[in-house]
Amino acid sequence: MARGMAGKGFGMPGEVPGWVNYALLPLLNLLAAFVLSGLVILVIGENPLDVLALMVTEAVGYPEAIGYTLYYTTSYIFTGLAVAVAFHCGLFNIGGEGQAYMGGLGAGLVGLAMTGWPWPVVAVAAVLVSALFGAAWAWIPGWLQARRGSHIVITTIMFNFIAASIMTYLLVDVLIKPGQQSPETREFDPGTWLPSMDRALGWIGIEVAPSPLNLSFAWALACCALFYLFLWRTRWGYEIRTVGQNERAAVYAGISPSRNIVLAMLISGALAGFVGVNEILGVQHRLLLNFTGGVGFVGIAVALMGRNHPLGIILAALLFGMLAQGGGQVSFEYPTVNRELVMVIQGLVILFAGALENLFKPQVEALFRRPPKKNEGTRNEGRA
Amino acid sequence: MTKRILAVLANSVLALSMATGAAVLAAPAQGADEFVPAVVFDQGGKFDKSFNEAAYNGAERFKKETGIAYREFEITNESQREQAMRNMARRGASVIAAVGFSQTAAVDKVSREFPNTKFCLIDDKLELPNVQSVTFKEHEGSYLVGMLAAMASKTGKVGFVGGMDIPLIRNFLTGYEQGVKHVKADGEVITNMTGTTPAAWNDPTRGAELAKSQFGRGADIVFAAAGATGLGVLQAAVDSGKLGIGVDSNQNWVHPGHILTSMVKRVDVTVYDCMKTAKDGSWKAGHRVVGLKEEGVGYALDENNRKLVTPDMEKAVEEAKQQIIAGQLQVKPYQP
Repeated sequence: MARGMAGKGFGMPGEVPGWVNYALLPLLNLLAAFVLSGLVILVIGENPLDVLALMVTEAVGYPEAIGYTLYYTTSYIFTGLAVAVAFHCGLFNIGGEGQAYMGGLGAGLVGLAMTGWPWPVVAVAAVLVSALFGAAWAWIPGWLQARRGSHIVITTIMFNFIAASIMTYLLVDVLIKPGQQSPETREFDPGTWLPSMDRALGWIGIEVAPSPLNLSFAWALACCALFYLFLWRTRWGYEIRTVGQNERAAVYAGISPSRNIVLAMLISGALAGFVGVNEILGVQHRLLLNFTGGVGFVGIAVALMGRNHPLGIILAALLFGMLAQGGGQVSFEYPTVNRELVMVIQGLVILFAGALENLFKPQVEALFRRPPKKNEGTRNEGRA
Repeated sequence: MTKRILAVLANSVLALSMATGAAVLAAPAQGADEFVPAVVFDQGGKFDKSFNEAAYNGAERFKKETGIAYREFEITNESQREQAMRNMARRGASVIAAVGFSQTAAVDKVSREFPNTKFCLIDDKLELPNVQSVTFKEHEGSYLVGMLAAMASKTGKVGFVGGMDIPLIRNFLTGYEQGVKHVKADGEVITNMTGTTPAAWNDPTRGAELAKSQFGRGADIVFAAAGATGLGVLQAAVDSGKLGIGVDSNQNWVHPGHILTSMVKRVDVTVYDCMKTAKDGSWKAGHRVVGLKEEGVGYALDENNRKLVTPDMEKAVEEAKQQIIAGQLQVKPYQP
């Protein structure tokens, strides 16, 4: 795994030790975001340290909070991986939101149709169908990009709206449980629900507080491992990365860019579709509108911050999970810290982690680079 | 230098841990005998000048009259609903007003976990021993504003801009259409929904565009049932010299003289009553459907739109209102 982290062709090659790029710089960016958020909180008249302490307590301070944090993390891992696999092929998939929405439709149809089946069968079916629905939704923009040159950013973001329209139509006119106001389907049969973590751990005698965290968290971690093996240990992964780095070189090497663009988008859509398993089969147990709530867009920040590597994505997803859970809870104790302000803090983290990624880079790298008169141009990995 | 940095670090760690301790200690310190009302707003946010703001006004009125502060939370994503409700109950809220039909599943679950906490659910039906649920006959109020629109219209065409295309908004629409047809059998209602995502409740620009296109097709009155999007609709009506109709809260004051009326839904009264009765002990569980008869819905008439509503119009609407209350005139609701 270390080779993947620090290897050439992944991140910036050069004379600076790998940990500077993968640990120190993200931490500095995060710190800068928090300092700026602290100033904002100070301006509205609260003590930033108190608010931060409460945020951390509410995110990881007690078992239920940890459950919620990891539940948010699960969805962010799925969408983070989805964005990352497209990034590796040089594509910017903004359609995670719509692909996750369609994946949820797949999982929901499985939940509605498979009443009476044991949950492991339903879970496997839901994973397959949600992957299929998500992949199908990403396939069209992928195909249009590969064969017709339609820009993927435009098509995927448009497909988010088409997905929303389809879901609104289906839930308002077709799948709605008759006689209720709320556009939702009936609840699935409890036997088909994906077991929550407290239930699953209860079987082996471990007691944890109830929370929405469910077995899809384990599937998310498995996806991270599969993601790594696929991209860095298989021929297909190599081809995708080659296309992403240089399409012309890929053609010279006998690799078809269009085939790999479609393949990367299929995998990307399938990964985003798994959000539906977590949300619909694991938590809500019914199909409803807007269950995605922006996870597709958070996935972009997660992938950026995690440097498109599974380990980084897990850490970044964890951070955003903590922000989602802890940030949401802060407004209970501090009425002045309302939801808009929590969004400001999350926005600052995204700004520093994503857009201003290179803000501290020249200075910090200069600090860790060896003096040029000695060993100029050689790598100094010994320092790490 | 290093020492100083270390000292600063140690200080902040100390402050952090103390703050953490304080936060943990403070939570159960809220006495159980104390009366603590709470409101959980829906995704529109409490300042949408419409549905959620009506609930906010009700809670504020209670606070002003009794001096009792209330806890509040604004939902930002689907999974927060249950968590917010449970947090309120756990932190000792005596009565929780859940605003919006999207809260139904969360209230259903959490009210069973906390049988001693009272819940008030607005806009959906739920029958549990500690839940009071209230739905409104939006179609009755919309019927009256539909009549007013048809009578005030010179072209015989009126517009409707909804937020998201959901059953609740279709209920507004169906009542509105029946009211228009009651006055002018050949009257036409031009309908548009703003969008398919929750952003549709908060898109004034889009609302204004839709209203302008409806004016272009001949409508001269437009009814906005679209949360904050409606503000754009009303603005477009002012800019084009046409008339708008507000929703949920009385919005006549937003553009005096340019808003024909508002279809008011007394969410504020419901929230206030919920807190008030819970405080004085007369709170009852069960489901209530409130319409014109119970004054849960209605049309707004005040000094801002007095000149727009002629005595003839007022007379016709009042007549219809009495007939609906007496059951002589049936307004059909939307059936999903």
